Amino acid sequence: MKEKVIIELKNVSKHFGQTYAVEDFSLRVKKGEFVTFLGPSGCGKTTTLRMIAGFELPTGGEILLNGEDIAQLPPYERPVNTVFQKYALFPHMDVYDNIAFGLKLKKIEDGGKMRHLTKEEIDKKVKNALKIVDLEDYDYRDISTLSGGQQQRIAIARAIVNEPEILLLDEPLGALDLKMRKDMQLELKAMHKKLGITFIYVTHDQEEALTLSDTVVVMKDGMIQQVGSPEDIYNEPNNAFVANFIGESNIYSGTYKGDMKVRFINHTFDCVDEFPKNEKVDIVIRPEDVHIKENEEGMAKGKIVSKIFKGIHYEYILMVGRNELVVVDTRSFDVGKTYMFDIEPDGIHIMKKELTANIYNDAYIDKQNRVVISETPFPCDITALVQGSSLDDEGYVVGPDGTKYDFTDADVVATIGLDAIEILDDDESGIVRGEIVSIIYKGDHYQLTIRTPEDEDFVLDTEYTYDENDLVGLNVKPEDIKLKLKGEAKQYAKK
Amino acid sequence: MRKNKIFSRKTLAVPYAVFLILFVVIPLFLIVAYAFTDENGMLTLSNFSTFFSGGHNINTLMFSIFIGMLNTAICLLLGYPAAFFLAKKGMGFGKATVLLFVMPMWINFVLRTAATRDLLFWMGISGGEHPYLATMIGMVYNYLPFVILPLYTTMTKMDISLIEASYDLGANKVQTFFKTILPMTMPGVVSASTMVFMPTMSSYVISDVMGERKISLIGNSIQLYFDQGLWHIGSLVALIMLVIIAFGSLCTDSAPEEEVRGGLW
Repeated sequence: MKEKVIIELKNVSKHFGQTYAVEDFSLRVKKGEFVTFLGPSGCGKTTTLRMIAGFELPTGGEILLNGEDIAQLPPYERPVNTVFQKYALFPHMDVYDNIAFGLKLKKIEDGGKMRHLTKEEIDKKVKNALKIVDLEDYDYRDISTLSGGQQQRIAIARAIVNEPEILLLDEPLGALDLKMRKDMQLELKAMHKKLGITFIYVTHDQEEALTLSDTVVVMKDGMIQQVGSPEDIYNEPNNAFVANFIGESNIYSGTYKGDMKVRFINHTFDCVDEFPKNEKVDIVIRPEDVHIKENEEGMAKGKIVSKIFKGIHYEYILMVGRNELVVVDTRSFDVGKTYMFDIEPDGIHIMKKELTANIYNDAYIDKQNRVVISETPFPCDITALVQGSSLDDEGYVVGPDGTKYDFTDADVVATIGLDAIEILDDDESGIVRGEIVSIIYKGDHYQLTIRTPEDEDFVLDTEYTYDENDLVGLNVKPEDIKLKLKGEAKQYAKK
Repeated sequence: MRKNKIFSRKTLAVPYAVFLILFVVIPLFLIVAYAFTDENGMLTLSNFSTFFSGGHNINTLMFSIFIGMLNTAICLLLGYPAAFFLAKKGMGFGKATVLLFVMPMWINFVLRTAATRDLLFWMGISGGEHPYLATMIGMVYNYLPFVILPLYTTMTKMDISLIEASYDLGANKVQTFFKTILPMTMPGVVSASTMVFMPTMSSYVISDVMGERKISLIGNSIQLYFDQGLWHIGSLVALIMLVIIAFGSLCTDSAPEEEVRGGLW
């Protein structure tokens, strides 16, 4: 039997001015499902939730609730309710009136006529909601006398008392301490089972997402990275970002050798995925999929350089050549000794390599023969645009046949390799400056994404450690910028 | 550590305490003393009978209360929406715009009132012909900033997610205003009302200048008595006003004022 889709988002986009908060978001949520939007701050998860609630109107796409487009409806006409991050309880009302707020406004059909709920009906529902959140006898308490956890429960009661088709929860446990958060997670899960309401939950806590959800939607930069069950997301991450964000993992660059063999960290391993031969790939290995051998032979060997006791297991760092490999094991091994280890073939997750170079499709050449990327001019070798050409004194490109070219304002595609960008600690001294927005460790180097104030990303590989949100400068040698002209060179020929 | 005796908290309070005693406490006692004595310094209640027997005085008192309430109402009606739009984020109104509303307060009050009178005269609303209208315009003009400021402060501090919660629970815009926004801005409304009602009642310069002495408020009465050298009866009227203001303050004391004040200042 096909399960009923309660809400469907079709190519939903939201942009504020020039920047996209959410881009081309499509998702189907089944009735009764517990769906979590997971991602780092600024990934668009809250904006998406607010579009479902009606606080933000999408700039593109459709939101279909039971097949009807509600994208442009005001929040008070939507059969959904929200649990807010900071609870948003009305301070001028007591607990009872807070919960009854929605019920007092509600009109129901009764014998063909619309009428408000009676006092008795409201009373019964409020009492029932208080029972569900385990706060009976709190009806006439003042909001300010409640603890954070209690306020959270009242906020949930206030939402579910209206029997919404979908309950939206915007990081509802974010303000609670760890212990309380764990308890509330279990309660939320139980509540979801009992009520049968569809939950859409927003969090940046991957553990919370995995614990609670039927389906996890991993987001980054306004786009969906992966949709799947917690098991899928954990075991079969779509790309390095998801693997890095969900759980602990080792991420390496490698090459697919064909015949179910993949080479990385200077060893060739058996694997279960198939890729084109010699394709560059990203490899994810979860720490628990590596097995250290005590005496027997293994596939490769590494030296233990660190050992941390984590309660039920030890976390080791093995140096395999120049690469680090994080391993967890319940057994105790000695630091400084070299061990053989195996990696199960199905523990090696191979993903298409996301990025092999930075490609800028809307670059152009300025008057000084520099290439402008992200509104910043970079010195470049413009003669590469015409084979065998040189620059004359006036700055025009002269071809081998003597034709002069004026490439001012010419649109080009600029390509910069990941290893061609030099990173500088002093953000003022580079050609362009930016903020580090992501760091992925790839065994023997880091892959950084640096975002300029103009919102352009530069991805580079470096061996040095940086922190997220660091401001850095970037330098690129002129010869390392590969240019490709859009259109023909002859249309720029000077007459 | 040795305590600095000269600059301890207590000694720092001395200058103001002296000021307070000289200019607030002693005059207060004087007013009370004068109100209950006659010219010969004898204890008497005759000032009361003089004040309350003349229907004129009661009328003035009632009229002052009425003008105070009317001015408060008009100021709130004008100031509330103004403050609401000023406080609304993303409307392009910054603190600079609020300053524009408040700036008239920087000009001396008497000069400002005289200028308003001349402007109204030029517009054909002279105090001689329309004393009530001119006085009310003067009052509203003078006290509007006192309404906008506390309201603006309360509104900027209002949590936007509470309004969203109200929409979310099914309240439309009108219902949200009456059930959420208005109750939550009530401290601002109360504070604004006290800041308008009491000074309006006791003001006499505005009614004098704008109404060309055709309008008499209780403040005018006090001034008149003092001008005529009737210190005892004048003190009594002042005392009555003090009692009314004290009563008003008591009624509004429950509003958390520390949340309301501040902001721009």
